[in-house]
Amino acid sequence: MSSDESRPLMMRLPARLRRVDPAVATAFGCTILLLFLGSLYSPEFLSPDYLLQQLKVASFLGVIATGMMVVILLGQIDLSVPWVVAVGGMMACAATAHGEAGMVLAIPFGLLCGVALGIVNGIGVAYLRIPSMIITLAVNAVAQGLMVAYTGGFSPQDSASDAMRFIATGEVVFGIPNALIVWVLIGAGAVFLFTRTTFGRAIYAIGNRERAAYLSGIGTQRVVMIAFAISGGLSALGGVLLAGYASKAAQAMGDPYLLPSIAAVVLGGTSILGGRGSYLGTVAGVILITLLQSILSVMQMEEFGRQVIYGVVIIVMLLLYGRERLVR
Amino acid sequence: MSDWRYRLAEQRGTLLGVAIFLLMFTIYVSNHPAGFTANVVQTAANKGVLLALVAMAQTFVVLTAGIDLSVGMIFILTNCVGSYIVTGSMGTALLGVIGVLVLGLACGALNGLIVIYGRLQPIVTTIATGSIFYGIALWLRPQPGSSDDFNSDIADLMTSQLPGGIPMSLVALLVIVVLVWLPFRRSPVGRAVYAIGSSEVAAYMSGVPIRRAKFAAYTLSGLLAAMGGLYFTFITYSGVASFADGSTYTLYSIAAVVLGGVSLFGGVGSAVGAIFGALAFRTIGDLIFVFDLEPLWQTLFQGVVLLLAVCIGSARLFQVRNRLDLFA
Repeated sequence: MSSDESRPLMMRLPARLRRVDPAVATAFGCTILLLFLGSLYSPEFLSPDYLLQQLKVASFLGVIATGMMVVILLGQIDLSVPWVVAVGGMMACAATAHGEAGMVLAIPFGLLCGVALGIVNGIGVAYLRIPSMIITLAVNAVAQGLMVAYTGGFSPQDSASDAMRFIATGEVVFGIPNALIVWVLIGAGAVFLFTRTTFGRAIYAIGNRERAAYLSGIGTQRVVMIAFAISGGLSALGGVLLAGYASKAAQAMGDPYLLPSIAAVVLGGTSILGGRGSYLGTVAGVILITLLQSILSVMQMEEFGRQVIYGVVIIVMLLLYGRERLVR
Repeated sequence: MSDWRYRLAEQRGTLLGVAIFLLMFTIYVSNHPAGFTANVVQTAANKGVLLALVAMAQTFVVLTAGIDLSVGMIFILTNCVGSYIVTGSMGTALLGVIGVLVLGLACGALNGLIVIYGRLQPIVTTIATGSIFYGIALWLRPQPGSSDDFNSDIADLMTSQLPGGIPMSLVALLVIVVLVWLPFRRSPVGRAVYAIGSSEVAAYMSGVPIRRAKFAAYTLSGLLAAMGGLYFTFITYSGVASFADGSTYTLYSIAAVVLGGVSLFGGVGSAVGAIFGALAFRTIGDLIFVFDLEPLWQTLFQGVVLLLAVCIGSARLFQVRNRLDLFA
């Protein structure tokens, strides 16, 4: 019988290969291609030192993109990332200034502020049914307002605590940066959450159709609220790491992370409409974007050129595998 | 005429936007030290028209149930280009104006082509193209500046006061509404845009020209954003590629359309509502000055008002009889 011939190409691949998500494969393929092109320019790009340094820089984006992915899987979006990142960094630094107890509580306090803002987002989306795009925008404005009023519009003088510097810049074993370990732990937690818990399955279910998820007995509103709280907490953790990396927090420190975090998640094959996507893809997207930015800056490409290439790469890659189905 | 009730219901969002604006502007003017004078109105109008034009641009795309996160960057790009080519005599300056508008059309058309033929999600597409537009603007004007023989006559004319104290900018806005919005709203393409926003599948089944309508929406969005950018050049006599300005205008345009009663789910609302939403949003931002509060609190105040404004929309939840309707 020729039935085997008539099946699409994907189906004729061996079972192991068939399970590989084309988006994840393309993103990793592009990463390797980038490294190859970079190594033609300078062999430095393949040295372990450079690669570890890149993974360390990628960890900040990776932590933030994890939170963004949870929300995007629901079919929502979190535009409050920029100032929740800043709130996390600034509040952790502010707590550090309050003596011994402040030093200890700096990181938890920063995270807690992020979770609180995330819960406001979550209540708005889940219970008040406000489109996530607008409520997270409003919370972003409120967070910015709070921070501008708190700092007087200048860079805050408080510096990061030793613990914050340690997790962002230190290394414990074999020269592996602690920031990378933080990302690995967060990533492992995310994979466990997505694949092994009812909460994770509920996120995918809601992303596919909230109505159906509700009818099958999922407390959808609670799940959505917790998802936004997770996103807020992880954004704040990103801010804590960044503040530790730079030794202090700064105004607008989170601005360069909104679009890259969305781009990383989407380039990793997660549907922006929700319900589809794997964490491995997000890892690929984060590494790809970090490498792209790094290689362009090493090649002394000016900022404007980086912006243009960045936009073109996102569009071209998505044209390769991120297209929607035709309306029929 | 027995259908007045339906017509009223259709315009409810727009009327709400007008009401919010009138309320805010009354508070503003009655507390302004100078009172309701031509100069107060002119300053407010010049600032308001910028956001009103960008909000109109956003409206076209939001009506198709899409979102355009590149409007702010088209605004910045056309501002920079305008500072180069609106030069020389009145004739060449007018040619420059036309050139800027054509550039805006081209930017919008690029978005439209990628969304329609590339079948990528509007939100991701416009994030990427926004990065490209910003990169080009940064190449042109990394520092604030303008061409040596910038034609300031045309700029002064467009921001002047007509006899009777009527600001020219409001007249220009009215002309744009009459020449662009009203013909669009009454054309088959305009109706198709509303149909797509309500249900793309149903629109397709009814033989609505989906591609033509979407292309028109994105292209007109680019045109309106370019008009905003041009006005920015007229007011400041210069251009600058400011990332903060670009993202602020994008975000505020979304806030303005929501205040003006345009539904982010598409198919509901009008550009007139968005204009009043934009003017109201600007007035809210300026309220803090007439109340003599610390300017530091402006950001927080604007954020809180925005948060409250979007929560008001949730009042409809009290009318929901079936919990399933929450997830519609």
